[in-house]
Amino acid sequence: MEPVLSIENLHTRFATPDGLVEAVNGVSFTVGEGETLGIVGESGSGKSQIFISVMGLLAANGRASGSVRFRGHEILGLPRKQLNRIRGARMSMIFQDPMTSLNPYLTIARQMTEVLIAHKGSSRAEARGEAIAMLERVQIPEAARRIDMYPHEFSGGMRQRVMIAMALLCKPELLIADEPTTALDVTVQAQILELIGALQRASNTAIVLITHDLGVIAGLCDRVLVMYAGRVVESGPVRDIFRDPQHPYTAGLLRSTPRLDEAAGARLSTIPGQPPNLQRLPPGCAFYERCAHREAICLDDRPELRRIGEERKKACHLPHL
Amino acid sequence: MPPAAPLGPSPLLSVRDLSVHFTLGAGGLFSRRKPVLLRAVDGVSFDLRPGETLGLVGESGCGKSTLGRAVLRLLPSAAGRVVWLGQDLAALSTAAMRQRRKEMQIIFQDPLASLNPRMTAGETIGEPLKTFRPDLKPAEAKRRIQEIMAKVGLLPQQINRYPHEFSGGQCQRIGIARAMINDPKLIVCDEPVSALDASIQAQIINLLMDLQRETGLSLIFISHNLSVVRQISHRIMVLYLGKVVELADRDQLYRNPRHPYTQALISAVPIPDPDLERAKQRLVLSGDLPSPLDPPSGCRFRTRCPKATEICARLSPSLLEIERGHEVACHHWDE
Repeated sequence: MEPVLSIENLHTRFATPDGLVEAVNGVSFTVGEGETLGIVGESGSGKSQIFISVMGLLAANGRASGSVRFRGHEILGLPRKQLNRIRGARMSMIFQDPMTSLNPYLTIARQMTEVLIAHKGSSRAEARGEAIAMLERVQIPEAARRIDMYPHEFSGGMRQRVMIAMALLCKPELLIADEPTTALDVTVQAQILELIGALQRASNTAIVLITHDLGVIAGLCDRVLVMYAGRVVESGPVRDIFRDPQHPYTAGLLRSTPRLDEAAGARLSTIPGQPPNLQRLPPGCAFYERCAHREAICLDDRPELRRIGEERKKACHLPHL
Repeated sequence: MPPAAPLGPSPLLSVRDLSVHFTLGAGGLFSRRKPVLLRAVDGVSFDLRPGETLGLVGESGCGKSTLGRAVLRLLPSAAGRVVWLGQDLAALSTAAMRQRRKEMQIIFQDPLASLNPRMTAGETIGEPLKTFRPDLKPAEAKRRIQEIMAKVGLLPQQINRYPHEFSGGQCQRIGIARAMINDPKLIVCDEPVSALDASIQAQIINLLMDLQRETGLSLIFISHNLSVVRQISHRIMVLYLGKVVELADRDQLYRNPRHPYTQALISAVPIPDPDLERAKQRLVLSGDLPSPLDPPSGCRFRTRCPKATEICARLSPSLLEIERGHEVACHHWDE
């Protein structure tokens, strides 16, 4: 079956006064129908910039090249008008901070109905009814009254529900959630994750979940991409990645995360050092400096992402970890 | 390494019935609004032993950072006492309090924002020396600064670099070096790893645990991340809207949490294991944190509590020692 989204050899670069920053370096992957894909990586790994590029929201100094196909149609570099027929309607995105992604001057009603009026040509009254129904679906109490409130009158968790409701209004085929629970308290995070899971099961929307929290990925995703320094270093089904990580970075990340289901108190295992400077990426493997398994070849020869199992890939010279 | 559960004789720090209030909405000169009292910390008591780490957990607005600052007298308290090595800190003169400050330090969440961008790493780390050891010759001060830099995992030759030349994790190391330079007895760590990436978090947690083992210092470790707190703490205190709801030894708290809020917090932490995480029985709380300006009557948790009954609305539960060292504030703890 044709994937919902297919990305090939995507590069995203930013021109800065200090030189070119290579945020995304040749990333390729697909998102299948109804699939929940998790993308994990540390800050600066490029995980958000992939989708900022996909949505055509790059900062003025940013440039994306490569290919991004939505349902088979190339959308990278589409003129704004054509892109607007897809983004917000057939593919939508929610961000980490629900306060800064809502307009503080407009009521929730105004912001939500705008989406339907612009994309579906609904009348104001129709749009309002649909918006209220959607707010009820994401469990906003007293939606009919609350819809006329301003964003500041909502709590952080409620605002994120509003964002999710807004993103789902046009029944998108793809929902991109960029750290949707990172700004929330843990009990509220649990509510939002349950909500996303339930919505996914009910609507079969494909979801991309970008997060640095391995626990969140474990709970929701079917497949995982692990990013490091703008490249995919490992990908595969969620169980395989967690049970048997094959890239030293994935394994290190899993080991250095303190977890409630294991004994506490011992020293955490760490990944020494820090991620490389994206302005001066080394010629070889970007993880070389921090890798416990590095060999001579890794210094100069950058490992390509290669198939290591039916559905698994990794970018590492080591045959086995 | 924890849990050494140091059962030292006398506590380093005794906090009794500490309350911190803020007056809000007192507005401008012509404001007609009545000021409202926010009880950010409401009657908190605990002891901290030498060499011990006490974890403070709770969600935003629960008062954990305020409590950490009030303990250090960085915020005035409305009531209660903070006793440091047998001495009531409130009774100290400003000059005497300043001398005590040498022994109690703090590190912050945002490592870059908490450093002065115009001071080099060496100047920042060495500043407490200027205050407390003005007698030191510059060469000796520099030697000490480089010594502490090496100890926290910075290169001594980075002494003349500015904060923007360091990564987040390294900036946090500078903050730790500054806190450590006068051999403190206590460091309040206010969300010290929350802004850091996972692989760097582990480095900083290990560093704090190593420093504690070497120097016997006590830590108050404030965090909203229950996995991190569990890693580093000997004892853990859970706060909800300014009140202690549960206090227990680390393993006791995670193995046998008795307060419904603690139970919900623990069950809400995602486990990085697909099978465990999906099979887990999760206790999902309804609703959000109520406004601390207008907390619910009786038990402050009752509006989100699955066990709440009529008594919870009437009567605020007091903290009860249900087992040695395990305190819970809940009318229904044994149900």
